Amino acid sequence: MRSADRPLSPHLQVYRWQLTSVLSILHRAAGIVLGTGTLLLVWWLVAAASGPEAFEGVENFLGSWLGLLLLFGWTVSLFYHLCNGIRHLVWDTGHALDLKSTYLGGWMVVAATAVLTLAAWVIGISRWVS
Amino acid sequence: MRSPLGRAMGLGSAKEGLDHWWAQRITAVALVPLSLWFTSAVVGLVGADLETMQNWMSLPLPAILLILLLIATFYHLSLGLQVVIEDYVHTDFAKLGFVVVLRLLCFGIAVAGIFAVVSIAVGGTS
Repeated sequence: MRSADRPLSPHLQVYRWQLTSVLSILHRAAGIVLGTGTLLLVWWLVAAASGPEAFEGVENFLGSWLGLLLLFGWTVSLFYHLCNGIRHLVWDTGHALDLKSTYLGGWMVVAATAVLTLAAWVIGISRWVS
Repeated sequence: MRSPLGRAMGLGSAKEGLDHWWAQRITAVALVPLSLWFTSAVVGLVGADLETMQNWMSLPLPAILLILLLIATFYHLSLGLQVVIEDYVHTDFAKLGFVVVLRLLCFGIAVAGIFAVVSIAVGGTS
């Protein structure tokens, strides 16, 4: 049998998008985003230890549109990876693995991510303007 | 698909990974409260100047939690990105190279972050 002619699995093009698989790939994507976000965290800490000039550089960057966009993406990724990570930890105990629970848990993660992100930014912005 | 002898001798594709699996879960559990604490602390610091932030980081609890956060984060990150590399890089030499670079970067950046926290906490520069 020539293996080259056989379909490969998973054959992504023929699958309909579904919540469970989208959340699964987003978990990895969010993890990678957070990995780059750690550079921002350490830059912030090292700048704070280095003195006012370095710290001003970080603050100017974070206050720019690009900085705010990165911060927002980082916040969404953090809350999503956190909530979905808890979902994974529940699965690791052998619970909530049936189809109904995976969808219910998935939507709960989406809702919790939205609420936490919104809360963090509403409180953050209200502190910023006051 | 496995022969009885292979099963008895523990032969198979997965020769290791249990420690990796556990370490990823333990750091994940640690990061649940740590990251929630961190985000609420950072939201509380919005608009604060350098002096306010340094004063905050000089307190024992924030300094200790920040160091724990950095350790758990970079350990968890190293384990997680290692799996990503192993999934997508298929030649042994390149795979090894990427994982080595990843580990060195994670360790180095974690040390930089921890040093920054310690130097502020004990009243270093500036």
